[in-house]
Amino acid sequence: MQHFISPVLWQFLVKWLTHFAIFPPEASTIAPYADALYFFLIVISVIGLGAVAFLVAFFSIRYRQSRNPVATQIEGSTLLEATWTIIPLILFMITFVWGALLYFRIYSPPPNAMNIYVVGKQWMWKIEHPGGQHEINALHIPIDQPIQLTLISQDVFHSFSVPAFRVKREVIPGRYNTVWFEATRPGVYHLFCTQYCGTLHSQMIGWVYAMKPEDYQAWAAGSTSGHSLAQNGERLFASLGCNSCHNSTPNAHGPNLANVYGSHVQLANGQVTTVDDAFLRDTILNPTLHEVAGYAPIMPTYQGQVSEDGLIDLVEYIKRLDSNYRIDQTIDNSAGQPVQTGATPGGTSAPPLAPGAVKP
Amino acid sequence: MSTIVSLPDQSTARLPKVSYLNKEYGLKSWLLTGDHKRIAVLYMISITFFFFIGGAMAALIRLQLLTPYSDLLAEDTYNKVFTAHGLIMVFFFLVPSVPATIGNFLIPIMVGAKDLAFPKINLLSWYLYVAAGIMMLCVLTFGGVDTGWTFTTPLSTHYLNTNVVTAGLAVFVAGFSSIFTGLNFIVTIHRMRAPGMTWFRLPLFVWSHYAASILMVLGTPVLAITLVLVVLERTIGIGVFDPTKGGDPLLFQHLFWFYSHPAVYIMILPGMGVISEVISTFSRKRVFGYTAVAFSSVAIAVFGFFVWAHHMFIMGISNYSALVFSLLTMLVAVPSAIKIFNWAATLYKGSITFETPMLYAFGFLGLFTIGGLTGVFLGSLGMDIHLTETYFIVAHFHFVMVGGMLMAYLAGVHFWWPKITGRMYPEGVSRLAAVTTFIGFVLTFFPQFVLGYLGMPRRYAAYPPEFQVLNVFSSAGATVLGIGYLLPLLYLTWSLKYGKIAGPNPWQATGLEWQIQSPPLTENFEKTPIVTHEAYDYEWLANKTKNEVTTVG
Repeated sequence: MQHFISPVLWQFLVKWLTHFAIFPPEASTIAPYADALYFFLIVISVIGLGAVAFLVAFFSIRYRQSRNPVATQIEGSTLLEATWTIIPLILFMITFVWGALLYFRIYSPPPNAMNIYVVGKQWMWKIEHPGGQHEINALHIPIDQPIQLTLISQDVFHSFSVPAFRVKREVIPGRYNTVWFEATRPGVYHLFCTQYCGTLHSQMIGWVYAMKPEDYQAWAAGSTSGHSLAQNGERLFASLGCNSCHNSTPNAHGPNLANVYGSHVQLANGQVTTVDDAFLRDTILNPTLHEVAGYAPIMPTYQGQVSEDGLIDLVEYIKRLDSNYRIDQTIDNSAGQPVQTGATPGGTSAPPLAPGAVKP
Repeated sequence: MSTIVSLPDQSTARLPKVSYLNKEYGLKSWLLTGDHKRIAVLYMISITFFFFIGGAMAALIRLQLLTPYSDLLAEDTYNKVFTAHGLIMVFFFLVPSVPATIGNFLIPIMVGAKDLAFPKINLLSWYLYVAAGIMMLCVLTFGGVDTGWTFTTPLSTHYLNTNVVTAGLAVFVAGFSSIFTGLNFIVTIHRMRAPGMTWFRLPLFVWSHYAASILMVLGTPVLAITLVLVVLERTIGIGVFDPTKGGDPLLFQHLFWFYSHPAVYIMILPGMGVISEVISTFSRKRVFGYTAVAFSSVAIAVFGFFVWAHHMFIMGISNYSALVFSLLTMLVAVPSAIKIFNWAATLYKGSITFETPMLYAFGFLGLFTIGGLTGVFLGSLGMDIHLTETYFIVAHFHFVMVGGMLMAYLAGVHFWWPKITGRMYPEGVSRLAAVTTFIGFVLTFFPQFVLGYLGMPRRYAAYPPEFQVLNVFSSAGATVLGIGYLLPLLYLTWSLKYGKIAGPNPWQATGLEWQIQSPPLTENFEKTPIVTHEAYDYEWLANKTKNEVTTVG
């Protein structure tokens, strides 16, 4: 072969044709489960396709006109038809149950997952770590640690996909979606937007950096902006004037927000609902959506006044408000970064209180 | 029970003196016709035109994806090109393909009627299609549209400054042409069957069109409403889908897929009808399990309405509703499996020949089986998370829509070409085209399954370099596929003048359409046929031929 084409071109072709991806890396705890189902599906597909191909090929040869000039008319056969109804049905039901188990595994985060916020916008990913690390089109995570992402879009639909982890979640305006994964192998993996989102859809890509826990610690300490999301939230809380009603004075116009996250509140229409991220976000933007019993509906809407990032700051602040408004003020954020504490109410991680931080 | 059928000697066949083609002359006689056969021909010309526009767009897409960078087309242009490809192929080719052309031509003849129930509405349907087509061409000429064929809100309503409103209205109008076709078929099949033509004597082609028509009539209005809401949202901002006004963008997804999933069955069911006819004819044997095949069409139509949310498994619908929709998706796969095996069993003890329509039908069997089975991958909840919105989806629906429906359409066009034109297509080159199409198709779309599992997202103008080799394979296959589609255009046109005269029943098929002259009279039948035999009754045909020979002799 080398005689016919230039050795350089030959080398290039060989390299090109032998170095292309055919299977994505398995880099999360979910990936082996997804791949197992995939191989099962491939096996039943090959069997199904093989059966059809065999029947068609065999009959075509055996009953071709030159060999079988006379067709025998056959009405049908209920037994045979029942067979090829029931066997696929059973296989499809196995697939259904298997797929459903996998789905619930992928979309049910474990309670000790570390939470990271993701805001999608045309055409970039903004990643916000509670400790105040902000990233664009990059996500640094420790391995062997469940990570939950809370995803929201500030404009159109996007979709957050990490093929190496076999997870994907639509990122929708006006709604928090979540997804979780636990990386198992350090490495750099593709991060794609898979929902068509306009001109630069194909450039809304980035990298996921899965790091050993100690490397992650080093990265987190070196990359923080110095202000945790909750601290940003506190400033926003004050500047928007939220504290003029949501304070702990006896004649406050609004509910006291300490420890409200994760609690059950009675609404004016009698329903009881759990306060989660989405509830907090909705009540800031659209206070009449969930009117809390016992309070007059006087809160103005903050629609258009707070960005999605600001809302995340506020939500993060209210989440951590466990006795009064000053709790986060003394956190020295540059000192240490998200070590998993795992036991905070609501199942989210909290940056550790710096040594010497006092709850007043 | 056995039947010998040998193809008639065509050397003595003559074109009939009077037929629907030459009864009247002039452009006006075509444009103002009420004849379902002439309307079918008008439709066939128009959808072929749009098919090749959509195909040119596909060629541009594959050329762009030859390299990992967006170097041939700018991103915006690429987005417009794949949007145009999707919109044209779905709404201007696949939806009307078999029903509006072959179905329009054959449904009245197959049930033994002179015409459809509402000939003028039938003509109106074609005019609506043309109006919608002109609007779509205007959209393309004046800057294009880049919403993707799915019109996803809020991208389409708030974030694009292209011709979204015109494109939406074009699809809206095209939708009505499809509603009118479906309405006509339903009424015709219910009310205009010839004496003796009971429901269970109808050819399976009619059954599958009946099921598809129900979907058209019940599903398309929902699409129309959705598009009107998109247009209103864009023009006056009514806020139904806008979260900042209290609307819900997921509502759009629900409404859109409530039509667009059944639309998949609108596209594939008529194709399945074609396959039933072709496989029966070329194995000279009745379709195995007629009732099962007939009812599986209806079952697909019914279940098809209750699976739409499987397009939304990752969008944050509740886990439990996802569970229900996944289960129903698995159930809708079963009738398709039944059909495949019944067609395979039809070959058993047949007397099989391999003319072009049969080759296309075999292609359909293989490719549709792959398309259907990969649909099971996607219906399986946990697997869908990884596969959805990647090239796996693209490969899956191209296997169903192109490998399935387009193969069936070409099978049908070749099969009924002698009936429509009175002349045979050239057999050798058309077999070559069928094989070329199959090879080109597999080479184009099979690598995309691999790309999909690797995670390559769809609708990307540029992609990571490690995906290039598979994309080059795919683009190479597309070239072969393109040749496979150009060949029929050339030799079918050639055959209009130079093809051999076909005679009334070149395939010795049993359908009523084969018992009349080719091309048929404007009135189809000289006198209303009285049907005494079931569909695919080859013994009846053999006896009939014998009697005819004795009378003539």
